[in-house]
Amino acid sequence: MEFLSDIASLINSTLRISTPLVFAAMAGIFAERSGVIDFSLEGKMLMAAFVAAVGSYYLGNPWLGLLLAIIVCVCLSMLHGFASVTHKGDQVVSCVAINILIIGLTTALAAAWFGQAGLTPTLNEDQRFLEIHLPFADALRDIPVIGTLYSDILSGHYVFVYLAYLSVPLVFWIVFKTSFGLRLRAVGENPSAVDTAGINVFTMRYKALAINGVLIAFAGAHLSTAVNANFFREMSAGRGYLALAAMIFGKWHPKTALIACLLFGFTDALQIRLQGVELPAIGEIPVQLIQALPYILTVVLLAGFVGKAIAPNAIGQPYIKER
Amino acid sequence: MSNIVVDKSKVPWWVSNVIVPLVNLTLALLVSGLFVFIAGENPIEAVKLIIYGSFGYIQGFAYTLYYTTNFIFTGLAFAVAFHCRLFNIGGEGQAYIGGLGVFLVAINLSFLPVPIVWLLAIFGAFLFGAAWAYIPAYLQSKRGSHVVITTIMFNFIASSLMIFLLVDVIRDTNQMAPHTVKLPEEIWLPSFEAFSGILGIKIRYSPLNLTFLLAIASLFFVWFLVWKTKWGYEMRAVGHNTQAAIYAGISPHKNIIIAMCISGGLAGLLGVNEILGVSHKIQAGFPAGYGFTGIAVALMGRNHPIGILPAAFLFGILYQGGSEVTFEMPNITRYMFVAVQGLIILFSGALENLFRPQIESFFVRRLNREVNV
Repeated sequence: MEFLSDIASLINSTLRISTPLVFAAMAGIFAERSGVIDFSLEGKMLMAAFVAAVGSYYLGNPWLGLLLAIIVCVCLSMLHGFASVTHKGDQVVSCVAINILIIGLTTALAAAWFGQAGLTPTLNEDQRFLEIHLPFADALRDIPVIGTLYSDILSGHYVFVYLAYLSVPLVFWIVFKTSFGLRLRAVGENPSAVDTAGINVFTMRYKALAINGVLIAFAGAHLSTAVNANFFREMSAGRGYLALAAMIFGKWHPKTALIACLLFGFTDALQIRLQGVELPAIGEIPVQLIQALPYILTVVLLAGFVGKAIAPNAIGQPYIKER
Repeated sequence: MSNIVVDKSKVPWWVSNVIVPLVNLTLALLVSGLFVFIAGENPIEAVKLIIYGSFGYIQGFAYTLYYTTNFIFTGLAFAVAFHCRLFNIGGEGQAYIGGLGVFLVAINLSFLPVPIVWLLAIFGAFLFGAAWAYIPAYLQSKRGSHVVITTIMFNFIASSLMIFLLVDVIRDTNQMAPHTVKLPEEIWLPSFEAFSGILGIKIRYSPLNLTFLLAIASLFFVWFLVWKTKWGYEMRAVGHNTQAAIYAGISPHKNIIIAMCISGGLAGLLGVNEILGVSHKIQAGFPAGYGFTGIAVALMGRNHPIGILPAAFLFGILYQGGSEVTFEMPNITRYMFVAVQGLIILFSGALENLFRPQIESFFVRRLNREVNV
């Protein structure tokens, strides 16, 4: 029975830890499917975390904090578009600039407004998202299997966890089943053909980036107003890059990207439990090695030991309209 | 969208290589001033403090040159890979591992004659940094794993590895903090204090040391390598147009590996300055963001040694003057200068074409008018 509840809590934390990765991977799919590289997921997630925490603190409502985060992230996406779509600047350079700018700006402003440590004030219960307990969760807990599944795994998550997993079929539907999605993918594969068909390549890419900004804001808000009750320096800790790796590993498809995100989440959930555990024959694994596991896994996945990833054809290239 | 068409051949070199970068830098600094204002401090006072801190007294100036040394290494590291169209943003991790190379060579071979220890330690730094860049290079060229993600991951992995080594393997067991023992004093690189006596200046302490000359030499080394050798030509060809390079019989794989290894090696040289020159031991987290700043330095310097030198100097001023600012202004932390770096990368990298057509056509029209008159 203890084994079962161990498994249940491992799955529970996997779902929670994967949430920001899922949002970020879905955001990445929109940008990259339209032909715009987005390494700036990391920076945008961090900015969203900062804005959501500060917004919720001053406005007293986490939803308003989330709204502010969405606005700011869409602006950052537009900045990326302005540099790399309109002015045809280097997309990777633009992303690196945004990431470094945000790492500096968030911590500098947090320090200037709230004191040297660079932390935002701890949010109280009204200012942050709380865990949602599904109806009858307590009543059903004692029923074997179903009780564990419903009460310990499905119930008791933050709203973002549910939204993240709902966003996956939604993104799939938009990208693969609507005419907007068809145009989006076409712009990433062959922009000049799309242009010939009378569709504005630039507008399509800006639209894709706007959706990207909205989705990534959820990931950041999840970090600072749900799982944690404040913002701290570099709290995104490479999650934007992990999500990008998951998206590439998932071949720019929502479903396979989701699986990769869950794999990352599982590794992370496992590493927390492995710390300090003595393994037979090997002994205690150094804690630093365990902490590095998600990063090592990223490299292994990217190395494509499960097959080579093929990116959208026009990715990274600014579209130059001929006259 | 600008529709200005400029005949590139009529644009003087100093307009596209000096005026435009300066305009971009000015824009970045103006926005930085806005951020300082938002943080609740006076931007003009901040500029005064930066200038005083970096030029106002001899020790401050020595610090400026010490930071410049680090930025030359990491700036060159980014630039070399960039000429092969590779974004090596793993300078941070490569410098960290390079520091391990310096330390291991220096501590184990300290019985050799001092100049030989220095040379071998420099070689060790280069080799370790290069080795850390080799795996991402290999994965990029053979498996198409994007080097931006893998090098970032290797930064995280390097940090975990070094903390593991510092805590469990090479820690000075007499100390609580995770750092190694100090290197024997006779193999420390001579610092600026030693020379300042000869020049008739007296200063108490400065981190500036002989590595500064190594940095200057590296500028020449990179210039020669990239622009004056067959290999440099091949590497730039791969960066410009991989398909054409393949037709010309140039191997992209070989060039990607070499470019990344030299890039990683140059980043590793930061360890020479930090460990053989300044702290004489490995401390946790000693690369302290210099690797990332290298990106801004290289992009501002247009990836050319002649541009990287002033760009590195400018960042030296920002770092040293910045520490003066953080000391005097409670609302400004060193992270404000990280944001400034981001703005400089944005304006001199991604948005470098923002006003380029307008500026170039302005000068082309002016100059042509003078000719006609």
